[in-house]
Amino acid sequence: MIPVKFDYLAPTSVEEALSALGEHGDDAKILAGGQSLLPVLRMRLNAPEVVIDLGGIASLRGIRDDGDAIVIGAMTTHHDVRDHALVKEHALLISKAAAEVADSQIRHRGTFGGALAHADPAGDLGAPALALGAQFVIAGPGGTRTVEASDFFVDLFETAIGEDEILTEVRVPKHTGWGAHYEKFVRVAHQWPIVAVAATVKGSIDEARVGLTNMGSTPLRATATEQALAGASATEDGVRAAAELAAEGTNPPSDLNGAADYRQHLARVLTGRAVLKAAGA
Amino acid sequence: MTATQDRPAAEIGKDRRRKEDQRLITGRTRWTDNITLPGMLHLAMVRSPFAHANITSVDTEAAKASPNVVAVLSGKDFGEELGACINAWPITPDQKTPVHSPMPAGRVAFAGEIVAVVVARSAAEARDAAELVDVEYDELPAVIGIKKALEDQVLAHPDLGTNKSALWVFDSGEAGTGTDAEAAITEARANGIVIEREYRQQRLIPAFMEPRSVVVDPTGEQITMWSATQIPHILRFALAATTGVPESKIRVIAPDVGGGFGGKLQVTPEEWVAWAVARRLAKPVKYTETRSESLMAAHHGRDQVQTLTLAADKDGKVTGLKVHLDADLGSYVAIVGGGVPVLGAFMFNAIYKFPAYRFECQTVLTNTTFTDAYRGAGRPEATYAIERLMDELAAEVGVDPLEIRERNWITHEEFPFTTVAGLEYDTGNYEAATAKAKESFGYDALRAEQKERRERGDRVQLGIGVSTFTEMCGLAPSRVLGSLDYGAGGWEHASVRMTPLGKVEVVTGASAHGQGHETAFSQIVADRLGVPFEDVEVLHGDTQVAPRGLDTYGSRSLVVGGEALVKAVDKVIDKAKHLAAHLLEASEDDLEYKGGRFTVAGTDQGVAIQELATAAFAAHNYPEDMEPSLDADATYDPVNFNYPHGTHLCAMEVDTETGAVKMRKYTCCDDIGTIINPLIVAGQVHGGLVQGIAQALWEEAVHDEAGTLVSGSFVDYLLPTAADTISFDVVHTDDPSICTTNTLGTKGVGEAGTIASTPAVVNAVVDAVRHLGINDIQMPCTPERVWRAIQGSRAGGATDTPPDAMPHFQEGALNQDEGAGQ
Ligand SMILES: Cc1cc2nc3c(=O)[nH]c(=O)nc-3n(C[C@H](O)[C@H](O)[C@H](O)COP(=O)(O)OP(=O)(O)OC[C@H]3O[C@@H](n4cnc5c(N)ncnc54)[C@H](O)[C@@H]3O)c2cc1C
Repeated sequence: MIPVKFDYLAPTSVEEALSALGEHGDDAKILAGGQSLLPVLRMRLNAPEVVIDLGGIASLRGIRDDGDAIVIGAMTTHHDVRDHALVKEHALLISKAAAEVADSQIRHRGTFGGALAHADPAGDLGAPALALGAQFVIAGPGGTRTVEASDFFVDLFETAIGEDEILTEVRVPKHTGWGAHYEKFVRVAHQWPIVAVAATVKGSIDEARVGLTNMGSTPLRATATEQALAGASATEDGVRAAAELAAEGTNPPSDLNGAADYRQHLARVLTGRAVLKAAGA
Repeated sequence: MTATQDRPAAEIGKDRRRKEDQRLITGRTRWTDNITLPGMLHLAMVRSPFAHANITSVDTEAAKASPNVVAVLSGKDFGEELGACINAWPITPDQKTPVHSPMPAGRVAFAGEIVAVVVARSAAEARDAAELVDVEYDELPAVIGIKKALEDQVLAHPDLGTNKSALWVFDSGEAGTGTDAEAAITEARANGIVIEREYRQQRLIPAFMEPRSVVVDPTGEQITMWSATQIPHILRFALAATTGVPESKIRVIAPDVGGGFGGKLQVTPEEWVAWAVARRLAKPVKYTETRSESLMAAHHGRDQVQTLTLAADKDGKVTGLKVHLDADLGSYVAIVGGGVPVLGAFMFNAIYKFPAYRFECQTVLTNTTFTDAYRGAGRPEATYAIERLMDELAAEVGVDPLEIRERNWITHEEFPFTTVAGLEYDTGNYEAATAKAKESFGYDALRAEQKERRERGDRVQLGIGVSTFTEMCGLAPSRVLGSLDYGAGGWEHASVRMTPLGKVEVVTGASAHGQGHETAFSQIVADRLGVPFEDVEVLHGDTQVAPRGLDTYGSRSLVVGGEALVKAVDKVIDKAKHLAAHLLEASEDDLEYKGGRFTVAGTDQGVAIQELATAAFAAHNYPEDMEPSLDADATYDPVNFNYPHGTHLCAMEVDTETGAVKMRKYTCCDDIGTIINPLIVAGQVHGGLVQGIAQALWEEAVHDEAGTLVSGSFVDYLLPTAADTISFDVVHTDDPSICTTNTLGTKGVGEAGTIASTPAVVNAVVDAVRHLGINDIQMPCTPERVWRAIQGSRAGGATDTPPDAMPHFQEGALNQDEGAGQ
């Protein structure tokens, strides 16, 4: 299908992008990998007058070590995130989740920042980012600010990024040596998750972080499960008992793939499995 | 032709790579959408968002003022020249058939129906302006779902007074092909076993790869239509019949077409609108649908509720079968819409010797996308029902599902066999196919593993499903079609032309859209005529190149079109022989034809077919009693359907905690007679299997209560990809049952995989959890449905509801979702 006509801008620096955004305001849309934006435009669900492509801004791409955190540039593709040595070493959970996004073609185009900015509750990267306590670096006309993951996801397709702002990078605190697993439940391989669970654990088990995908309008943390797991041993029974708490406080959708109560059941079962696999049990 | 019989078959049976694939795969070919004509205009459709509404006004002013818009037209701007979309198969004389205008002026009957068309210089400008057309509607109550439609409370077409379109009945007692099914059921209730079930065939979307596209060029004497269609010949016929333009003024071309699966066996509103607009404006026009439009407005398939009663004696020998279908036609009776379930009528008895059979099919109209043929058309539904029932009967009797089939099937000594539905099956060997499938599958080992997992109470349970299918294909003997009130015949036509330099042009009336006809037909001609495979060119899909034909569907191209080709080749050889005898100054009786060469027996004198082609072209020296041409035509009307069959075995793993299902192994042993090209057959079987498996596990078109298609994109309509399937174990019987009603001995294979696989998969899923008290899971077997079945069951033991007490339409019955068959 053919989108409504729009102008295309290709800035080469964040400043340039911000000033274009400032100039066109409401009428502009940022383009990252286009894997969510283009379907929206082609189905005419949105019709911006200007599309600002971040693809030409080199500084937004790449992953670097920054002391106690690794920093992932917003325009780094899912493919690069998945395979990067720093990610594998310090934020294995993100590598595992990135591997599960869509299919290979989409992983080569879609970006880490684009996926998080899009904030689809069924997106695979929100739950791991939340579980690892990521910080979102957002540039705006007044400079740069940092937002905690817990404040970043506001609602369905809504984040803390303002209309005149750009997400530039995501700082992920190092979880070096933590085991990790992303358990994604789908009916066909290329599907968004019906439910997914992102689990990462230190030792077996000193500490645990559990994020839930598609169990509400934003990614969620299964805090009751995390607390029950802290100091528990990574046995099947122990983990499953803690996982029973995973669906507490969730408000998942009902659709053709499953009603809310089924999703809550899945969240419990998948949490058990994810934690056990993360703990290497 | 005795002359060709001693030649070794060099090509038939060879794994030839498809000669058409390079251009199809690279896209360096003509698809309808990449045809661009001088001055061509582009169309965009304005479609109704409502399932049922009166159109009160269409304001086109803003759209007309949009840049480069040439015209904006709605139904009221046209008269009779708009034509109508036809139903070619009224299944009963009193069938209720709503008038199907391509673009109604007064009332729309499904969400997605065309109400106006915008014509602009570019597709983008047409699309932009389409959003500016302001249509006002008076919404009418919509009827969605079979069960609601049967109540006749809300009417899909108020003027018809009912939603019930036609009731078609076959009764073996009345037809004299068997005894009375009701009597058999009564007897079984007293002294035997009665299995009663209601199965749901969900609605499916053919989802061909290339969206539909049409170009119409009214320039010049003839009006040319290019269309991404399976049926250029039928399309031309229907255009002439409904728009008043003589056939001789119409040329229809189906260039390369990217798949159809029955979904392009249609005469579509889009084609008719494009036709009318091109004629009105006297300009070439193009319309290509979006995927969203395709999912919403191209015809859907299946959608039946099947109410089934199987009677058997205590040993599981079936004594009678009664079938009642309620089939959803959607909003209109499409070209063969009503006939699709009737095509299944002859197949519910499948490979079995049932003494009594009754079939009823009630078609109903609803305010949804109209339905029609989808790969298998009627036969997958029948096969599903009977193969599910045979597994239920096996469970009831307490024997292996293969054993129950063996007690009932036609043995190989009994062919030819006339079935209770009145068909004569020429050949088959169910024992051989089953034995080979069983061995290749590792049946006994998988059964042992299943037992072990059950005993261990494993979280992941294993199930094995069986489907021993047959089907009727090669549509079709024209007289049979006539007796069923179908609006056309079932013959096929072929021409063989020898070019002056000795190449061969084959013209077929079949219209390939991905099947590989060019390769298979070249192999047939190469062998029979004795020419190199590379020298054969197969032409098709253009009514001016191939003026006679009935197109491609129903696994007919090889078995009907191939036979026409054989007959045409044989005529060429006859003519060539006459010319050869003349040139060699020999008697025809002394000539031998071998390897493309006539030789005089006992001498080294001879002449090649290519030399004869040149001689006929030069025409300097030829017999008085012949025309200087070797070319020949043949029209072949099949004498019978043909009956491929096979045994399909499927092992599924079911995660009892989540309900997730996973295929473990799939083996099929198909007996399809002579195989022309094993590689093409493997492709047909693999693709067919995936389509059938997809019905069992993934695909479902869902309309909400208002009639909006909820599964309106591939996010919600789940098509599988290679990543979702396993490597299939595809084998064939060592000694195939050669078809006796065509020269090549072939049987159709285009639909086999789709027909057979669906029940094999569902039988396997049910078998994995049957010990939990489950005897049905509605398709598609989503993890949620499987999980809910397990939740709702009482653990342990076999089904404790006596099957003869299981009523139809049971309130709150297991797995009958609220939405089921609504
Ligand atoms: C067929 C298909 C299957 C998919 N399956 C999955 C899946 O299984 N799991 C999954 O997680 N995702 C899936 N996706 C989505 C994919 O991950 C996308 O890449 C992602 O959602 C968006 O990333 P993008 O870089 O393409 O962003 P774009 O589509 O370019 O942008 C998305 C949105 O974010 C905004 N945006 C982008 N970058 C910035 C920025 N730096 N600052 C501010 N705003 C920004 C855009 O304006 C737009 O609104 C799928 C996509 C497709 C097409």
